[in-house]
Amino acid sequence: MHMADALLAPAVAATMYVCSGTAAGASVVKLRKDEATEKLPMMAVGAALVFAGQMINYTIPGTGSSGHLCGGMMLSALLGPQAGFLSMIIVLTIQCLFFADGGLLALGANIWNMAFYGCFVGYYLIWRPIMKSRLFSGMGERGAVRARIILASILGCVITLQLGAFSVVLETQLSGITELPFGAFVALMQPIHLAIGLIEGLITSAVLLFVYEARPERLMDVTPAAGEKHRFSLGTTVAILAVIAALVGGGLSLLASSHPDGLEWALFGNAEEGYAANMALDEEDFGVRSGAADAAANIQDHTAFLPDYALKGSDSPIGTTVSGLVGSLIVAGAAAGICLLGGFFRRRRR
Amino acid sequence: MERLDRALGEFRQMEELAVSDSPIHRLHPLAKFLTTVLYILIVVSYPKYALRAMPVMALFPILLYQIARIPLSLCFYRLRYILPLVCAVGLFNPFFDRTPAFQVGALTVTGGMISFLTLLCKGVLCLTASFLLVATTRFDALCAALRKLHVPSLLTNLLLLTYRYITVLMEEASAMTTAYHLRAPGQKGIHISAWGSFLGQLLLRSMDRAEDLFRAMQLRGWHGHFHYVDLPSFTARDAAYVCGGAALLALVRLVDIAGLVGSLLVR
Repeated sequence: MHMADALLAPAVAATMYVCSGTAAGASVVKLRKDEATEKLPMMAVGAALVFAGQMINYTIPGTGSSGHLCGGMMLSALLGPQAGFLSMIIVLTIQCLFFADGGLLALGANIWNMAFYGCFVGYYLIWRPIMKSRLFSGMGERGAVRARIILASILGCVITLQLGAFSVVLETQLSGITELPFGAFVALMQPIHLAIGLIEGLITSAVLLFVYEARPERLMDVTPAAGEKHRFSLGTTVAILAVIAALVGGGLSLLASSHPDGLEWALFGNAEEGYAANMALDEEDFGVRSGAADAAANIQDHTAFLPDYALKGSDSPIGTTVSGLVGSLIVAGAAAGICLLGGFFRRRRR
Repeated sequence: MERLDRALGEFRQMEELAVSDSPIHRLHPLAKFLTTVLYILIVVSYPKYALRAMPVMALFPILLYQIARIPLSLCFYRLRYILPLVCAVGLFNPFFDRTPAFQVGALTVTGGMISFLTLLCKGVLCLTASFLLVATTRFDALCAALRKLHVPSLLTNLLLLTYRYITVLMEEASAMTTAYHLRAPGQKGIHISAWGSFLGQLLLRSMDRAEDLFRAMQLRGWHGHFHYVDLPSFTARDAAYVCGGAALLALVRLVDIAGLVGSLLVR
């Protein structure tokens, strides 16, 4: 789900940077206020672990395929949402810098899609309400907590991944990158991530269950202090979950319906207009007229070896003129030449 | 496990590249960071049909890779991460955007094909730029540069610590998976019965170790701040690199170089 730089318009990327930056700033402030430098090594280990953990393949029973770990949910259950969010930022940054997974410009969007939902939405709206609720209290103390961990992990992973995937679609569409209709894109992305979310949730719950058995004090909200009054009741939890489900489900079915045109039009206008508006660009003006161009016109009379040669429809708004085509081929040739020369000299230097 | 070992190998390769020496390596990390961000911004700011601008933009990384003496082929391996989503997004353009652009023989090239190719080129170019940044800059220097840009010290500290821990933990996880597979031959991944304990063990063990480590650090007088690598001062050369780069990029963005070169030959 890592977005690449190419999938984002600068305006969208900047907006996402501002959103993620605000959340990161708030987290840093909160952690500083709590004097949480103590947590720093734990956060670093957590980040490194998610990184390593995502590379381990877990066999899904009954199928040949394998699943991976959902980092945001696990880290916020272990470290709390703010610390977990910062750790996820680090994971995504290192993935982007060293493995080119994502991109520098798209980092803001990736942080939002994967870390923000996983940590803040996952923790405040799913993990904490469920862990503090009286759900499954008929199963005995341990059984109830175990059942809550499983429910919270699976629900958290599924919902945060759905939100993330939906954001990917939204950001790509707002950037005017794809011609794929909004509804079709949503219908493509959401079911895939539903399956992924289920599996990631299962793996995450397995890890958290193990931690619960071995060291329950490591988990957030699992052993609430005695005498704590404001517990979430079952009613609140169900209400919150129902609202989320209604929002997500309602939103998705509306968007994925067979006639998404109305909404699409309202959101984006037509593709061309939306694009030009986003980019603040006039596509017709691509390539500015300049004195140099006029001077070149004089020279070209002498150098042009293909005079009066034109391809059909070459004056289309797409702007593919023959000269552009030939020019880019020449530049591409020059680029390849530089590569070859560089390789040649490098070998000689050795 | 293959995947972990490969990632470890890539990590070490980047570190080795970053400590070698070239004019690009000697530049101030901040200068490199700023130009990289500017380059990526310019690349993605091109309209979706601007395929002809891509070879011109490719000249920048290609030249810099030669100066930095890094084979361009190294970074193409990393494309496997970003290409799937880029392709998934762009693949439908040729089907939905059928505006004919021009014709080559019997083949009508449509706007969708051009926008798809442009998108792919943009993806590759952005990747080459950020790869070059990391391949020519030591990671601690990069963190120091980020600190100069007023990124909170909590984040840069975390970045540095995580960077140190990652290789340790990946080696550990790699050893664990190897051991697991030796005991469970012919099994593809981790069986469901071991899903929790496998990573959970590693998690608890390393968290305990991190806490001990932290106490040891505190006893030795650590108070939450790292002393970063001594950054060289931002010299006139670095300023020239940034300004020259920005001017060249602006020129290329505003003037249709490919069109000009072409118009010398075709009228």
